[in-house]
Amino acid sequence: MTLLARRNLFHDRIRFAVTLTGIVFALVLIIIQFGLFLGFTTTTSNNIDHSKADLWLVFHSVGYFDTGRMFSERKYYEVLATPGVEQAEKYIQNFAYWKKPDGGVENVQVIGFRPGSGLGEPWNISQGAVLEVKEEDGVLVDELYKEKLGVSKIGDRAEIGNHRARVVGFTQGIRSFTTSPFVYTSFKNSLNYTRPQSREDQLTYILIKTAPGFTPAEVQKNLRERVSDVDIYTRDEFSRRTRFYWMFTTGAGLAVLTAALMGLVVGIAVVAQTIYAATMNHIREYGTLKAMGATNRYLYRVLIEQAVWSAVLGYGFAMIVAHFIVQGSEKGGALILMPLSMKIGMLFLAIFMCIAAALVSINKVTRIDPAMVFKG
Amino acid sequence: MTTLLPLSGTVIRARGLSKVYCEGATELRALSNVDMDIYAGQLTLMMGPSGSGKTTLLSILGCILRASEGRLELLGEDVTALPEKELPRIRRKAIGFVFQGFNLFPTLTAAENVALAMDVRGVRGDQARKRAEELLQEVGLQDRMHAFPADLSGGQKQRVAIARALAGDPPILLADEPTAALDSTSGRAVIELLQRLAHHHRRAVVMVTHDPRVLAYGDRILHLEDGRLVREEAAHLPPGSTRHFRIGQGTANFAEEFSAKF
Repeated sequence: MTLLARRNLFHDRIRFAVTLTGIVFALVLIIIQFGLFLGFTTTTSNNIDHSKADLWLVFHSVGYFDTGRMFSERKYYEVLATPGVEQAEKYIQNFAYWKKPDGGVENVQVIGFRPGSGLGEPWNISQGAVLEVKEEDGVLVDELYKEKLGVSKIGDRAEIGNHRARVVGFTQGIRSFTTSPFVYTSFKNSLNYTRPQSREDQLTYILIKTAPGFTPAEVQKNLRERVSDVDIYTRDEFSRRTRFYWMFTTGAGLAVLTAALMGLVVGIAVVAQTIYAATMNHIREYGTLKAMGATNRYLYRVLIEQAVWSAVLGYGFAMIVAHFIVQGSEKGGALILMPLSMKIGMLFLAIFMCIAAALVSINKVTRIDPAMVFKG
Repeated sequence: MTTLLPLSGTVIRARGLSKVYCEGATELRALSNVDMDIYAGQLTLMMGPSGSGKTTLLSILGCILRASEGRLELLGEDVTALPEKELPRIRRKAIGFVFQGFNLFPTLTAAENVALAMDVRGVRGDQARKRAEELLQEVGLQDRMHAFPADLSGGQKQRVAIARALAGDPPILLADEPTAALDSTSGRAVIELLQRLAHHHRRAVVMVTHDPRVLAYGDRILHLEDGRLVREEAAHLPPGSTRHFRIGQGTANFAEEFSAKF
């Protein structure tokens, strides 16, 4: 049976090549779409996920990271006085204009944090050091946006909100989901760049580390009782809310997922067509097998084995193609992620897709009249 | 000519077999009230013009097609009322098929074709391979075991098909015009092989044929016309020793009367 399944599958090499092409095309399409989805979601919540804060305190009704709203510094002191809070750090996220050395203007997101605090700092520093943003006007930008921001090396200068800025280092691979690159600087510098309208309201977030012996949930409860007009989320909660907003409220994620689903449908259709054509080409052989006493189950196993062979080989080629695409995306504007879980998941998806595609053929084979073997 | 074997070797007993095909409101009667017995150790030829119901009868005897009416016993088991899912078991256990067009698997070698028939019966690996080699040796193809069907002559293909039909060691071989596509030399080799399988291995071989060259090899010749069994000849009897059926008399037990002469 195994031999028949393999031989029939590989016998017509051109048809098999078409089958494999269909599978590879479908899988790569799905991988890219899911990879983009994962890349997007990871990108949207990057700053939260890397913040090392147990809790995020945000102004009431701020649903996601990129729309932080300023609130009074007094709340910072209320937080510090709350039982279970070991550390609290002021944090700013706000949009500003970046004036390039050549005079061009770009929109950026300024992220203000306290250097050395361990909370809310940038990561993946490729040049310079986080502490260097303590210097007046010192900023860190990502290497991906050098060209966009008109800088190329440490020491390059620009203006943010009509205030001088000097590049003191670069991060690597910190993308912004919006078109505005992140610019990291000290909390103090960030006030100059974002120029809060009110002297009182000068921070958008408070990042909190819980004290030993307290769970984030306990501290969250304590904060809710003591600090008014704010929402307190655990890091994961805020990350999820931000991801959900960008992926589903804006429709960006739905578009990507729909494309992935289309890839799956196209894949099933292509594979179904090729497996069906191969089955029809050998239909008399299936009739002969039935006449010889083979059960329907026996025939299903032949077809399913062919489907699994197609899936595994198609998966192998798709992984090679996807590997190069993913590698290429690391230097591009859109991040495509392909974690191990996704690789394993794609194998099962490929097998599912091919077996689903084989169902049409299985249905056909089930209905074969073995008496056909006597017809000429 | 070989002597007929005793009647205790009845392997197929058919009584009142009829087959009606329905196409919309139209009914086509392909078989009418056929009674017959097939014996182990005999090569039985079935002859008749096109559309006389030979292949339909062969399909019913092979449990590939169900009769519309009548009763069929294979090896003493009444298969008439067996559920559909039981029929493959009967085919695996009792029947080997040989087809006019060979119906070999083109992507498998001769030995693999035979081994596949073992695989269908749950015999795999070395056991299947060894048995395939034995069977191909038996049909004289020991030198062509690893050849693909495309590289075999028509006669060789049919011998592979016969070896495949023997894979389950079935007591019944049903052959549908196995010599029709062969030249005279190959056709003779195939019919001699089928005769040997009947006479030396006590198999019941039923062969549908139009080929006058094979008449001399049959132990019995059954003639069908318009879906009815109309005449039977014992090939080895002197000319004129034929038994005519009365059309529509389903109870005519030719076999017992015929055997009484011997």
